[in-house]
Amino acid sequence: MTKLSTKHLLGIKQITKEDIELIFRTADNFKDVLNRPIKKVPSLRDVTIANVFFENSTRTKLSFELAEKRLSADVVNFSASSSSVKKGETLADTVNNILAMKVDVVVMRHPNPGACMFLANHVDCSIINAGDGAHEHPTQALLDAFSLREKLGDLTGRKILIVGDILHSRVALSNIFCLQKLGAEVAVCGPSTLLPKHIESLGVKVFLDFRKALQWCEVVNMLRIQLERQEIQYFPSLREYTMQYGLSNALLAELGKTDIIIMHPGPINRGVEITSDIADGKNSIILNQVENGVAIRMAVLYLLSGQVKPTS
Amino acid sequence: MESRLLLDHELLNHTLDRLAFQVYEQHLDVNNFAIIALQPRGVFLGRRMVERLKRIYNVGTINYGELDITFHRDDFRRRTEMLVPSKTNLDFSIEGRNILLVDDVLYTGRTVRAGLDAMLDFGRPAHVELMVLIDRRFSRELPVQPDYTGRVVDVVSDETVKVQWSENDMENKVILFSSTKKA
Repeated sequence: MTKLSTKHLLGIKQITKEDIELIFRTADNFKDVLNRPIKKVPSLRDVTIANVFFENSTRTKLSFELAEKRLSADVVNFSASSSSVKKGETLADTVNNILAMKVDVVVMRHPNPGACMFLANHVDCSIINAGDGAHEHPTQALLDAFSLREKLGDLTGRKILIVGDILHSRVALSNIFCLQKLGAEVAVCGPSTLLPKHIESLGVKVFLDFRKALQWCEVVNMLRIQLERQEIQYFPSLREYTMQYGLSNALLAELGKTDIIIMHPGPINRGVEITSDIADGKNSIILNQVENGVAIRMAVLYLLSGQVKPTS
Repeated sequence: MESRLLLDHELLNHTLDRLAFQVYEQHLDVNNFAIIALQPRGVFLGRRMVERLKRIYNVGTINYGELDITFHRDDFRRRTEMLVPSKTNLDFSIEGRNILLVDDVLYTGRTVRAGLDAMLDFGRPAHVELMVLIDRRFSRELPVQPDYTGRVVDVVSDETVKVQWSENDMENKVILFSSTKKA
């Protein structure tokens, strides 16, 4: 297969295993490019991409922008704080205004789940979801799985644990879809207040006891506690959360599981969900995740742009 | 579809031998010389050249790289089928070297243009030459000419030339396919 089955990347739910594998194969090539003296190829030199961020982001925005520039695309950035959204413009209007300036691809982050889907139904261009509320964050899941595949090879049957604030996490949902499509077994673990109801209907194992969960897994993906999304208190104190669900070398040594692979989508709250010795330890692939982010986003942009025909 | 054999296995081997000696004639200093073959199909010719030149120069290794040009093509978004990129392997510096670029068929010249651009991302070679097994004359869209040619073929645009290699096509040979029957 040489083509994605979709025109947009709205979520991992909407794409197939073959799509994921095509993105990985293409990302392998871009990773090569990123290790050359000149880290840039001219593929998208006639493509214009708008990064439309209605929510703060450092890493994802930087990573997308770098990916776009390394593909030679023209890039315009738009953030909600400096826009007419504040003046009462609707989402479709805002984006249509951007498209009127001849933009081919829109990369969007939005606080509302489904915003990208809505946009894909109402405007005529390729949409890439860079995170929509607590729904999906597909490129993060792709780069997570890509980094894991680099470390472990085929993911079929691998046991992967996602820990923390599953309720508010788009990374968790996209990761579950992506890892399951690649044949891995996924479990989630966290305080019951931070686990969505009926999460087991997605086919994931649910652990409330962090120690039991660690005994089960080969890879652990530690999520950040998203205090900014928590409108009520879900656990008594951060200190108590750390004691129950914080990962440290001491805990892994006690369980005899020092070979577990450590992932984190960032930003890290050191000393809360993960201690520094683990985050910077030899089994941590946290910085590989960041590095692979650019290659994965280049692959997604390249494959989707290839389907947008040039306007003559 | 009609087909005509242009080069059979034996003749192809002679041609490859000749090409190797022509390269040797021009490049007596093997240390400053390198071969870069264009992916995907130039690499079969490239590997054969390396084999032969190792024997001729009587050396253990020759600088050899394989270059993927997919991201440098000028028809991205203009073709219906997306192309799958291949691997680039270039583990030596091309800076200041004499480079021989290798591909199987020279047609419009656009692939070679993309190859030159892709190669220059790795450094600034001293001198670049081009070797092709088949030169489809009269069909060039860019001003590109080979320095070493296996065979020059005059074909019209609805005919295709296919170079088959034992690695994936069972046998080494060059065939001309015509899509329309001649009157």
